[in-house]
Amino acid sequence: MPAPIRLRELIRTIRTARTQAEEREMIQKECAAIRSSFREEDNTYRCRNVAKLLYMHMLGYPAHFGQLECLKLIASQKFTDKRIGYLGAMLLLDERQDVHLLMTNCIKNDLNHSTQFVQGLALCTLGCMGSSEMCRDLAGEVEKLLKTSNSYLRKKAALCAVHVIRKVPELMEMFLPATKNLLNEKNHGVLHTSVVLLTEMCERSPDMLAHFRKNEKLVPQLVRILKNLIMSGYSPEHDVSGISDPFLQVRILRLLRILGRNDDDSSEAMNDILAQVATNTETSKNVGNAILYETVLTIMDIKSESGLRVLAINILGRFLLNNDKNIRYVALTSLLKTVQTDHNAVQRHRSTIVDCLKDLDVSIKRRAMELSFALVNGNNVRGMMKELLYFLDSCEPEFKADCASGIFLAAEKYAPSKRWHIDTIMRVLTTAGSYVRDDAVPNLIQLITNSVEMHAYTVQRLYKAILGDYSQQPLVQVAAWCIGEYGDLLVSGQCEEEEPIQVTEDEVLDILESVLISNMSTSVTRGYALTAIMKLSTRFTCTVNRIKKVVSIYGSSIDVELQQRAVEYNALFKKYDHMRSALLERMPVMEKMTTNGPTEIVQTNGETEPAPLETKPPPSGSQPASQANDLLDLLGGNDITPVIPTAPTSKPASAGGELLDLLGDINLTGAPAAAPPTASVPQISQPPFLLDGLSSQPLFNDITAGIPSITAYSKNGLKIEFTFERSNTNPSVTVITIQASNSTELDMTDFVFQAAVPKTFQLQLLSPSSSIVPAFNTGTITQVIKVLNPQKQQLRMRIKLTYNHKGSAMQDLAEVNNFPPQSWQ
Amino acid sequence: MQFMLLFSRQGKLRLQKWYVPLSDKEKKKITRELVQTVLARKPKMCSFLEWRDLKIVYKRYASLYFCCAIEDQDNELITLEIIHRYVELLDKYFGSVCELDIIFNFEKAYFILDEFLLGGEVQETSKKNVLKAIEQADLLQEC
Repeated sequence: MPAPIRLRELIRTIRTARTQAEEREMIQKECAAIRSSFREEDNTYRCRNVAKLLYMHMLGYPAHFGQLECLKLIASQKFTDKRIGYLGAMLLLDERQDVHLLMTNCIKNDLNHSTQFVQGLALCTLGCMGSSEMCRDLAGEVEKLLKTSNSYLRKKAALCAVHVIRKVPELMEMFLPATKNLLNEKNHGVLHTSVVLLTEMCERSPDMLAHFRKNEKLVPQLVRILKNLIMSGYSPEHDVSGISDPFLQVRILRLLRILGRNDDDSSEAMNDILAQVATNTETSKNVGNAILYETVLTIMDIKSESGLRVLAINILGRFLLNNDKNIRYVALTSLLKTVQTDHNAVQRHRSTIVDCLKDLDVSIKRRAMELSFALVNGNNVRGMMKELLYFLDSCEPEFKADCASGIFLAAEKYAPSKRWHIDTIMRVLTTAGSYVRDDAVPNLIQLITNSVEMHAYTVQRLYKAILGDYSQQPLVQVAAWCIGEYGDLLVSGQCEEEEPIQVTEDEVLDILESVLISNMSTSVTRGYALTAIMKLSTRFTCTVNRIKKVVSIYGSSIDVELQQRAVEYNALFKKYDHMRSALLERMPVMEKMTTNGPTEIVQTNGETEPAPLETKPPPSGSQPASQANDLLDLLGGNDITPVIPTAPTSKPASAGGELLDLLGDINLTGAPAAAPPTASVPQISQPPFLLDGLSSQPLFNDITAGIPSITAYSKNGLKIEFTFERSNTNPSVTVITIQASNSTELDMTDFVFQAAVPKTFQLQLLSPSSSIVPAFNTGTITQVIKVLNPQKQQLRMRIKLTYNHKGSAMQDLAEVNNFPPQSWQ
Repeated sequence: MQFMLLFSRQGKLRLQKWYVPLSDKEKKKITRELVQTVLARKPKMCSFLEWRDLKIVYKRYASLYFCCAIEDQDNELITLEIIHRYVELLDKYFGSVCELDIIFNFEKAYFILDEFLLGGEVQETSKKNVLKAIEQADLLQEC
């Protein structure tokens, strides 16, 4: 059998391969040769073969069949064999392989070898990849070597001990005695590794930390060593660009950080040396800056005096101006860590930080952006936002989402005016519209709704924004919603903040229809658009027929979501036209929502989170709400959530309180200015539309037909009829539609209908169609009541009617007892 | 330090030192991804990047990239010095080291690294001492 080729020969050969296939062929051939050589148990060439195998392994080829051979090499007496064997073990054998434990004995023997280089190999291998079991077995040997006077071995033993502690923390104690005199060494290698060992112990165990602080007086020792390094003259052995052993200096500073943390005495003891290092270190090269960096980290983390902290921040400020971008990066990272605790000091460097937004390096830009957001406050918000908006415009796509979110947050906290806030949002939507997060849309809608005086301005700006480009979905969604809500302001040209534009109803519908048709619009966006079109049917006057047509077309859309909406809206036009204006009324000012959970379609009252009692005070014209709140208090806050009232209309103040007196223990919904169930809060992906509340209880389909209607009240020319609907799928809900008619010769105005039901029921009153019952039965007021009757008890109701008639205020109470059994059984 | 990788401009691995236990498959995956990421960096960019939950410090010397993965509490700037020291050691040992030296003598590159770092930490801060140890160990070699 010819001698196996040499390693260099093999490398040369493989490098001549011109294709991957050619290389693979060579490798396979050589592997076969190596395999047979291994089988022959050839001691002479084992070393050479394993070396070749390691080379092929680095190229990416499998080499597991060499694992046992490595073990054999380690066990050999020859140093060359051991060297390659241990290297192979470190490359091919990790703790996941079963065979690695077979190394333990060899390592143990080699740790006690007569040649220090063999001992060194063993320590190195154990310290790099020793498993927990191996560490447990050999910790004693390592500890012994930690006490040797041979500095070559001592330094390796120290780092090996670090690895043992990392793998088996319980063994930390056994190394404690050996650490006693470690820092008395002159040898820098031992000093450095000892500091690393002490750092590891102090970081892992508070007891150790306390011990080293108090008993060993570690801090003065470290201070002394550091001082010597700085003060001593040129030492060629350890010099790096004029600085003596920067590696050791940095590790000492790091250990000082841990010792000084949360400890006044230790922090004081190191104050001077830190100031000295901070002021005397050469900053022209990376080396000096590395030490300054570590010093700054230490100063900021311990209980240093304020002068020292300011010094540290100023160092970081100087770093920001350094030409070397690595230094700038490190400065931004450190400033980000300290901005919370030393806010004012960091603020002083704000302009430099903002300049870093224009840096070419992606990592620096990201840091600068994060830091900029942390620095925004009430005073600088205008200037900062200008910079950040400019940044949003020009930054890479991976930043845009975070930047947009950050801007929204900052704007919300510090907006100097509503107009500015809206403008800022507009700017974000138009520059980064497609990167805005999903949850931003409902938040923005809420914000816009609550800025009542800005509605006209907002809708005009949004309209102009999507006129040119309706591809950015979040922008289009917000715009569609606003146009649906405030389209009337748009066409009537009511904008005060800027020049009102001339828009016709048809033009508005054009753009909404384009959104509907466009391929770029998502299903969600289309939903927004369709709903907006529907809402405009009550706000526009000339184009209702067009709207009807659009809505009916989408009744056969393949998109199920759109289809359902269109069908329901169609039904609104046809069967429930009397309710349409009430249902599509302007949205009320919303309560501040803290979370954005999906709307709970709660059957009891169609409203979501009962949040009306805290956060923002209810809007003006909300006496009903406050009285309803009183009711809630009186009732002990059971799960009747008062209906949130709409924007002020000319309805009389609620007499809810009085009702309570009269109705005793009967549950009550004082809902005179009964708002539609609009607190069906914006869901994440659907517009906050009234019908959502209703559509969950199928009103228009699946109805039990044939429940006889009743006359609930008839007196003084006022007649109130109840008609009933129930759903097969949800039999505990009864929907009552009341119709009030007036047979007298004069209208009844300011008509308010109120109702109360016994405790076991829950009731919800929706908005009436109007407040005037016309004379001579020429028209009716319709209103919908939903009753939840889970226990299927007999329906009873007390009603209260108030109205103005013939110049005087009328009021009456009555009880309705003639509910047909089919309406509640 | 968690690991150090040396690779060429074409993405060929020249040295890999792992200080954390990972399967071969994981190592290959990390190597592949990291090499791709680093090679995609433009020349004027800074030497640090965040990758997964690690900090990556890299520097290019001629045709070789030296790439280290360090932990959150480690000092990036001193890591650059560590890389530089290793290059100096190689340079002194091989005499004006180039990539070919490391290709043909990869095992020596490992030996030198193992005299400079142990378990991911610096074990010897004196250039002279590291080189002396290697010299003496080389003398022990039987062939």
